Formats: sequence, C-alpha cells, structure tokens
Amino acid sequence: MRAVLLRDLQLAVRAGGGFGLGLAFFAIVVILVPFGVGPEPEVLARIAPGILWVAALLAALLSLDRIFAQDAEDGALALIATAPVPLEGVVLAKALAHWLTTGLPLVLAAPVLGVLLHLPAGAMPWLLASLTLGTPALSLIGAFGAALTVGLRRGGLLLSLIVLPLYIPTLIFGAEAVARGAQGLDPLPGLLLLAGVTLGCIALLPFAAAAALRVTLR
Amino acid sequence: MPALTVSALACARGGIPLLEGVGFTVPEGTALILRGTNGIGKTTLLRTLAGLQPALSGTVTGAGDEAAYASHEGGVKAVLSVEENLAFWAALYGTQVPEAVYPAFHLAALRARPAGTLSAGQRRRLGLARLAVTGRPVLLLDEPTVSLDAGSTALFAGWLRGHLAAGGTALVATHVPLGLEAPELDLAPFRARAETLTDPFL
Repeated sequence: MRAVLLRDLQLAVRAGGGFGLGLAFFAIVVILVPFGVGPEPEVLARIAPGILWVAALLAALLSLDRIFAQDAEDGALALIATAPVPLEGVVLAKALAHWLTTGLPLVLAAPVLGVLLHLPAGAMPWLLASLTLGTPALSLIGAFGAALTVGLRRGGLLLSLIVLPLYIPTLIFGAEAVARGAQGLDPLPGLLLLAGVTLGCIALLPFAAAAALRVTLR
Repeated sequence: MPALTVSALACARGGIPLLEGVGFTVPEGTALILRGTNGIGKTTLLRTLAGLQPALSGTVTGAGDEAAYASHEGGVKAVLSVEENLAFWAALYGTQVPEAVYPAFHLAALRARPAGTLSAGQRRRLGLARLAVTGRPVLLLDEPTVSLDAGSTALFAGWLRGHLAAGGTALVATHVPLGLEAPELDLAPFRARAETLTDPFL
C-alpha cells in the first residue's frame, strides 16, 4: 500500500502527471470571479466562501479520472489486483495520493485566494479548517466514481455527472462553516458535519470502489 | 507433487461461457503449454486462475497466493525508470529485486532509462522481469513472447527453464514454440457447448 502511494506520488510529479494542474485551475476560477461579478468588496466577501468551495470542487474533479484510468490502460490495475495487497487498501492509497497532489495544494493556496475575494481575516482559519476536513472526502468520492467509470471509454464526463451530486453535502457544510466564520457566528456545527462526511467516506468508499474495480476487471 | 490442479473448471468471458470441464494437473518443476485458436478462451482461463474473474464452476488448487500472472500488457509505467518499475513490484510483493534479473532479461544497460523510451520488445522484457521479482513459484503466462525477437524469446525460454529447474511451475498460453520440453493441452475439446443465447427480438 505504501508502495502504491509512493508510486502514485512519483507518477504525479513526473512529466505528464498533471501535478499543479488542479491548483492552477483553482486559482484561475477564483481570479475570474471578480471580473464576472464586479469588484465590490461587500459582494465578493459575501460570495467568497461559496466560490472558494465550488472552485476547489471543480479543481479536484479535474484530475479524478487519472486515479485508475492510466493503470487500467497499461494493464497495471489487473496486475496490482493479483498482487498480495487488498484492493481496498490500494484504493485508499490512491485516494490519499490524489489528495496529497490535489487537495492539499488547494488547502494551502486557499487563504491567498481568499484575500483576493476580500474574505474577512476572521474567516481564514475556518476556511483552512473546512478545506482540510472536506477535501479528503472529495478525493475518496472521486476515487469511487473513477472506479465505477474506469472500464468506459471517455468516461470522464460520466464521472463528473456521478461525482458532482455526491459532492453536495461536502459543499454545503464546507461553505456554510466558512460563511458562519466570516459573519462571526459559531462555525463548529458545519465543521463537525463535514468531518462526519469525510470519516464516513474513509470508512465506506474504499470497499465500494474496490467492489466496482473487481466488476470492471472481470 | 502437483503444483497446480484444475478440475471440471468452467469459465466465461463477458457473460458468455467459453470453456467447460477443463481439467489438468501441472506437477512441480514442469510447464504446460496451452494451445487453441484465437478466442478459444486461453486468456479467460488464465485470468480465472489468476483470480481476476470468478469461475462458473470447478475447483482450482495451487493458484491464488502461489501464482503470478502476466497479461498481454506489462503494467509498465512510461515515466518511471526500469529500476523504479521493478522496485514498485518488489515492494508490492514484499520482496527485493534480485540483481540477477537485469542480466537475465538483458536490462542491465537500460536500468536508468525511463520505460517510455524503451522499444516494444525491451518493454516486454521489463514486463516479464516482473515475474522474477514477484518470487512466486506458479507462473500464469499469457502470450509472453509477443513482440520479442528470436534472441529475446530464447533468453526468456532459458530463464523459464531455470525457473522450472528450481521447482517452479508455469502455465503458458502461446503460439510460438518456446523450445520447452513440456506437454501441450489443446483447449478445443473443452469449448463450452453453444449456450443458445437466442435474441427474442430477432
């Protein structure tokens, strides 16, 4: 499992791995928003939590199909499935690799982009906390969707359609926690629910994704 | 002592039964060559034995945790070097990459090369070298010599002979004579009787 994690990280940072792509996409989406809605600080500050979270969601989505598609193409997935490691563990390792190369950079870049959107300074810790708690769920749900669509040619669009609705709870609780933090209210309920969603995903989705992979490999 | 025993095995591909009543034993230290026309179910049989798909019926002993499977594709990562590719499989199987692998598969001069810059034959040799890294005694080989030239085929056959001499076992689906002194099994008699899959709309 550690081998899978290290290899996926290695593949992501090498040429063609797409490392940084999600981060650049995240930054561009957030930067485009003031051009679209105008530069009024009050308006931007009010929509900033939602924008940051939606942008993070889309950025995470961008690299999902890489989780299994490349391994399926070159036959590595079948060989990994016959190796003495549980497929559930492989899914978890691959989702973790996806989070480390996509989710974590988003978390670290978010405060800088928050400033750009006039997000109040008081909300910054909650932005960091909500993204840290929520983005692992994005990677895990994404890994599940990628496992479902791995056998399909051009499954990327279908993957988005499957995964985006499943992202809704994470989006609601994540953006809500930041918005409440920005207004000086208690953001804890949102954060706790967000943590609950993530923990549920960690507990359940590796099994679901592994089952989907086994059906695909048949 | 038989290393691999298959009895009354039936397997299907994509829901269509291909083979039924397949039975054979491969004693330790020997190989069995699978023969049959394209589409007869050689790959399906090997994938079933490797545990990638469930058998419709029948029993298999000796595959599972003893076996290493080699598919048409080698699972080679283009951006990783030859060494890194093998090190990954070694880590996955909890083994070390034996130094002897590099000369045995003619990879010594290519160790640091990214696998993406290898030729098809060289990549194939790297894919086959994975088998030596797994340390598994029972090898399930699906067309191992595809895109290998005569020299590389002989090289691989030599390695396989060494593996068998060391008490290993191999089940090989191939159209190319490997020069192994091994019995052959023609799969044609095991073809599943045409399950009448009548289309109600025709």
